Amino acid sequence: MTEPNGRSGKLVVRVRRSHPDRWEEFHVERRPNANVISVLMQIQRSPVTADGKKTTPPAWDAACLEEVCGSCTMVINGKVRQACSALIDQLDEPVTLSPMTKFPLVRDLTVDRQKMFEALKRVKAWVPIDGTYDLGPGPRQAPEEQELRYVLSTCMTCGCCLEVCPQVSPSTKFIGAAAISQVRLFNTHPTGAMNAAERLHGLMGEGGVTDCGKAANCVVACPKGIPLTSSIADMAREATKQAFKDWFFRDERKGGAGPAG
Amino acid sequence: MAERYIVVGGGLAGLMTVIKLAEAGKSVDVFSIVPVKRSHSVCAQGGINGAVNTKGEGDHPDIHVKDTLKGGDFLAEQPPVKGMCYAAPQIIYLFDRMGVPFNRTTEGLLDFRRFGGTLHHRTAFAGASTGQQLLYALDEQVRRYEAEGLVRKFEYWEYLSFVKDEQGACRGIAAMDLRTMEIQAFPADAVCLATGGPGIVYGRSTNSTINTGSANGRSYMDGAIYANAEFVQVHPTAIPGEDKHRLMSESARGEGGRIWVSKQKGDKRVGKAVPENERWYFLEEKYPRFGNLVPRDVASREIFAVVKDMGLGVEGQDAVYLDVSHIPAATLDRKLGGIMEIYEKFQGVDPRHAPMKIFPAVHYSMGGLWVDYEADAKNDMVNGSPRNQSTNVPGLYAAGECDHAYHGANRLGANSLLSCVYAGMVAGPSMISYARNNAAKKGDIPASLLAGAKKQWDERLAAIYKMDGAENPYVIGQEMGELMVKSATVVKHNAQLDTALVEIEKLKDRWKRCNVLDTGRTVNQSAAYVNQLWNMLEIAHLILKASRLRDESRGSHYKPEFTLPKVKEGKKPAEDPEFMAAWKARNDKWLKNSMGTWTPDGPRVDFKELDSLKNPILPPEPRHYD
Repeated sequence: MTEPNGRSGKLVVRVRRSHPDRWEEFHVERRPNANVISVLMQIQRSPVTADGKKTTPPAWDAACLEEVCGSCTMVINGKVRQACSALIDQLDEPVTLSPMTKFPLVRDLTVDRQKMFEALKRVKAWVPIDGTYDLGPGPRQAPEEQELRYVLSTCMTCGCCLEVCPQVSPSTKFIGAAAISQVRLFNTHPTGAMNAAERLHGLMGEGGVTDCGKAANCVVACPKGIPLTSSIADMAREATKQAFKDWFFRDERKGGAGPAG
Repeated sequence: MAERYIVVGGGLAGLMTVIKLAEAGKSVDVFSIVPVKRSHSVCAQGGINGAVNTKGEGDHPDIHVKDTLKGGDFLAEQPPVKGMCYAAPQIIYLFDRMGVPFNRTTEGLLDFRRFGGTLHHRTAFAGASTGQQLLYALDEQVRRYEAEGLVRKFEYWEYLSFVKDEQGACRGIAAMDLRTMEIQAFPADAVCLATGGPGIVYGRSTNSTINTGSANGRSYMDGAIYANAEFVQVHPTAIPGEDKHRLMSESARGEGGRIWVSKQKGDKRVGKAVPENERWYFLEEKYPRFGNLVPRDVASREIFAVVKDMGLGVEGQDAVYLDVSHIPAATLDRKLGGIMEIYEKFQGVDPRHAPMKIFPAVHYSMGGLWVDYEADAKNDMVNGSPRNQSTNVPGLYAAGECDHAYHGANRLGANSLLSCVYAGMVAGPSMISYARNNAAKKGDIPASLLAGAKKQWDERLAAIYKMDGAENPYVIGQEMGELMVKSATVVKHNAQLDTALVEIEKLKDRWKRCNVLDTGRTVNQSAAYVNQLWNMLEIAHLILKASRLRDESRGSHYKPEFTLPKVKEGKKPAEDPEFMAAWKARNDKWLKNSMGTWTPDGPRVDFKELDSLKNPILPPEPRHYD
């Protein structure tokens, strides 16, 4: 079948496999509107490599298939992105699929992104509400404020920003752009701001915001267009201010009478 | 020993249940096949309903109750619907307090938009990814409890079955670690299933790949009643895709989007080139009051009629236009940004400037595990009653899309997020009451019971790993989907359903000759799928059987052979005695829940009257949207 883009013959897909580590090549029928997910589904229905060998279907994560859950993130033709929004028409061929490299490999294209969720605990990424009972409406907010917070809040913890970050590697502890930007999200909420200091403390110390090397790859890789570099700059500034405050008011916090010195 | 609670599923309903339990100081184990933040609730786009009445329209929870009951053609028990609609405003405020970035008015208040099946601005929204935003809020609150040690998460764990004691009560669950394939049984004094709908039974739908309905199917096989399986909502506006059909939210129409086709059959012009007077806005013409915002079942049927019967689909294809290009781009970005992006990304066309091509797709299951409720004489829910959200299996609860309770024969848009959250708010306290009444009496859960469950599943999976037949399970799954789409969606015919009932048996037979494709013990997705597939086949079988037996048209379930007569031209239903007589006769016979019970010989379906219709909040009335 010939595609509207003039491509013909079978689609060649190379998949990085683990257990043992290897590449496998698949030749699949072209289908209109195909994306990487639909191609992986085709391979599931006929798990045979290009040289005719039966193999196991590659393991991959997926859920929503509309780029809101973050599950199907992988490296496609060398670029980290969601497999669902990777349309075959728009990809160079052969299409190569490999797992993200900054997270522990589980199998084939699946990795363990738990450290991203742990980072959200470290920075206390929540508004500490009093309870779920009826306490009336929340604080009023300007539409402009909402619009910024909405963008920040679309982070789906997919890991693209960590994957492209030179400061993130198995031997470093950098918390990464996603969690830093979440601090900004909660610290700009009127109630969340009451605990701003706590979250900023989560960004201090080893692996904190000062470990950012300002490569700015994260903001380019983010599939949701979240202004990650502004978030980092803003939080770095706020963390510094917080550090001064902590020092100046250290006696007060111990029960003293006012600024030291 | 302190009671233990298990919640299966980490979407809105599951996490709300977890929060209610943790808030009461209870320890909870939550099981999910994906990290809970990636649950299907993220796909809900348009918003969440609540009669907050900020637009001077005189909206009230009572009107919300009426719209919901009527939208579902009165096939829902009324007290839970009333409870839900009355709780809705405070639920929206709760999310507001959690920090959900709801769209705002210039005064900084929550903004509301219109949705289908109502004439009021009742839907609070966060752009066009409201479900994602609400889920994240609950995910954050649960993470807080996790950090405090009250909640343990078992992510990448799949529910296999509930553990049943000699009295038939639920005492825990068996589950499988999807990374190591290890099986374990976990004790609990009460278990809540919040495992979503079975959309993947239809192959491609608007659902996430994880919505297999496997947990629901397995629980039905183990004795839980599955009610109203035949009511599956087909959403009128989705982008057909090769891997899934992507939803184009009803909010597009709530914000002024219009559905149309060219009056000229097979018109080859691009949508924008069709002049205004050659466009047929068929929903607006047929339903002057509700226009493009008729309930989903009505809109889907009309689109089918225009495309399938009249042959007026865009370029002769299965498609009609959904047009928002007359709305300023800045407004679209602010209120519908998420879905504008989806259309642009997946179709390569900018919907801000050209009409979208859409078609109906399977979307939501109104039916699900049957759940009970307790109401007082005034039809108000009895808070904390252990009967609320309880399945017929003692100790087993259900909440969210996997329950049958809130939407009757058709769900109104933006009521799903609400029903999930409300069901979770009800389920938590209900489970605590149940455990308080029973846990002490029953004592510790016998180790032998748990060991037995583990052994049963170890053996079942061992048998699956040995399956080396010629059938590929994913191919069977695909064929099941095609069969279901053909036989049990917008228009159903008994002859077709009879054939499908034979075909489904054949697929079940072929399942026995499956090849497991992979015998490893690391992320063996195909072995897990083979197990899920059987449970999906059981649900599919029940959907077909219940569809076959219900000889009427109600909400999403439509059989042309069994429809009500048309109301006489220019008259309201109540003014047409002939229509009213037919309508009443139909209700006498069919205004009943279908109750699906699993038997080794296939599903048994009984029709049972609704308790609350003996003393209804709102007596049924004809469903009328002209």
